[in-house]
Amino acid sequence: MLITTPNIPDADGFYAELLDLHESHTKEESDALNARLVLLLANHIGDRKVLSEAITAAKLKK
Amino acid sequence: MTKIFETPLYPYTRSPDQDVSRIRHPVVVIGAGPVGLAAAIDLAQQDVPVIVLDDNDKVSFGSRAICFAKRPLEILDRLGCGDPMVNKGVTWNTGKVFFGKRETYKFDLQADAGHKRPAFINLQQYYLEEYLVNRVRELEAEGKPIEIRGRNKVSAIARHDDQVTLEIDTPEGPYNLEAEWLIACDGANSPTRRMLGFDFVGRIFEDNFLIADVIMEADFPSERWFWFDPPFNKGQSALLHKQPDGVWRIDLQLGWDIDIEREKRPENVIPRLRAMLGEDARFDLEWVSIYTFQCRRMENFRHGRVLFAGDSAHQVSPFGARGANSGLQDTDNLIWKLKLVLDGKAPDTLLDTYDAERVYGAEENILNSSRSTDFITPKSDISRIFRDAVLDLAEQHEFARPLVNSGRLSVPCVYDGSSLNTPDETTLPEDTRPGAPALDAPLADFWLLDALGNHFQLLAIGTDAPDFLDVDGIRVETLRVAPGESPTFDDRYLGEKSSAIYLMRPDQHVAARWVEYDEAAVRNAVLRATAQA
Repeated sequence: MLITTPNIPDADGFYAELLDLHESHTKEESDALNARLVLLLANHIGDRKVLSEAITAAKLKK
Repeated sequence: MTKIFETPLYPYTRSPDQDVSRIRHPVVVIGAGPVGLAAAIDLAQQDVPVIVLDDNDKVSFGSRAICFAKRPLEILDRLGCGDPMVNKGVTWNTGKVFFGKRETYKFDLQADAGHKRPAFINLQQYYLEEYLVNRVRELEAEGKPIEIRGRNKVSAIARHDDQVTLEIDTPEGPYNLEAEWLIACDGANSPTRRMLGFDFVGRIFEDNFLIADVIMEADFPSERWFWFDPPFNKGQSALLHKQPDGVWRIDLQLGWDIDIEREKRPENVIPRLRAMLGEDARFDLEWVSIYTFQCRRMENFRHGRVLFAGDSAHQVSPFGARGANSGLQDTDNLIWKLKLVLDGKAPDTLLDTYDAERVYGAEENILNSSRSTDFITPKSDISRIFRDAVLDLAEQHEFARPLVNSGRLSVPCVYDGSSLNTPDETTLPEDTRPGAPALDAPLADFWLLDALGNHFQLLAIGTDAPDFLDVDGIRVETLRVAPGESPTFDDRYLGEKSSAIYLMRPDQHVAARWVEYDEAAVRNAVLRATAQA
């Protein structure tokens, strides 16, 4: 089951770190970083069903 | 260019059929390529008279198909051509993936032990065709009813309820033939399909690939090298693969907007190859071709008495070697069914299951080869971003390597859900479930697959079954294997159980299985596997 309730300790710290990652990068570099990050996280989750749920959740409800 | 392309292998000779008004044959095959010849050999081995018509009289020009996977090699074993293929072919295990200027990673295709045949071999298609023609000659010498008619071009076809009529052009003028059954193996541009007006729809990939076979004195090892975006072919891909006789297959992606005739000229091809192989490389061009491809299939492979097999029925991109390999699996599936129908031992609806099972196989191949193509040639900015992310990560992190897709090795299709399967109520190993091709295994004195095929068989393991059964004229023979004889066999067929009975189809696929012998269940399963229940 995809966790959609708050689950990250230090939410503000994580968010700042995510933005720092993209600091002083071109749009192209940022896109590549995001893609690598998605792939790393997806592999860590591993559960095929959870990944499908995340893909669906990312689309947002209409 | 080697002499094999110039020598007529089945030159035109006049047939007595040309001197009578009309003569009927049980089976006519159109096309003497690998698929048509395999179909004909399979029929003749089982004493079904067969005529193969081909508009040419030589092997196909150039290397064409070069990768033959384990399952097709097993099928060729059953047809008597496996040994020359494997003896001549190049076996390789190491692959390297390059991205830009860097070697991203190297993989070892550890051959899964306990199979007579390797995961695949590389061999030029013309060798396969030559070995198949040799096999035809061998069968002729044994008095088997098989004949190849070179330079016999079918010019008209008409379908009837009880037969198919053909008009055939020859160097000595036209003649007519009637066939109870027609198998069309005349390739992706199938004139049969066109003459009969059947659809062939799917997805066109807007891309061109230059194939060059070069003869090279080189130190490149027997490995498959695949480049994404290499410096010598910016923004495109490239592949280097070894074939026998010092021939190397090179594939260079060229993109969509190119001048094909111009790109094919040696003065344009050679600088490209030099950039790839190095300025000092010494090589001769053997064959150059530019191809574009489509992934598509006919809606149905059976149209009454006309059966389509191989590229005439379905076409895929070359990544993953699923063309010739899947064509051989088509005829493997078709011929035993046709034989039972011709012998009056099964209803002709059994042939509808050829359509169902091989359409399922074709869909799987189209899916796999489309996915490879989408990885190799990203169709949008975001798909290129993800593709490049996978390749960048793959260099440092093992997890990303399975996502790299430069072609997925052709593995046989499991006919899950086929109406010929008896539902499985056992907990025997998953990989040998009904619908699956039998997995080979070493036994005390022989390989399992060498003892299977051409008729229905019971595989009795750790429990007994009668020597043979007669199910409404269909003979079922028993092959007994003792548990403990081969641990590999036990792993593949028993798992945790101590006994098992498998019903094997003539194409070596599992039809049904139980843990104990039950005659009524076996009889029902044979009827079910022949579309009679």
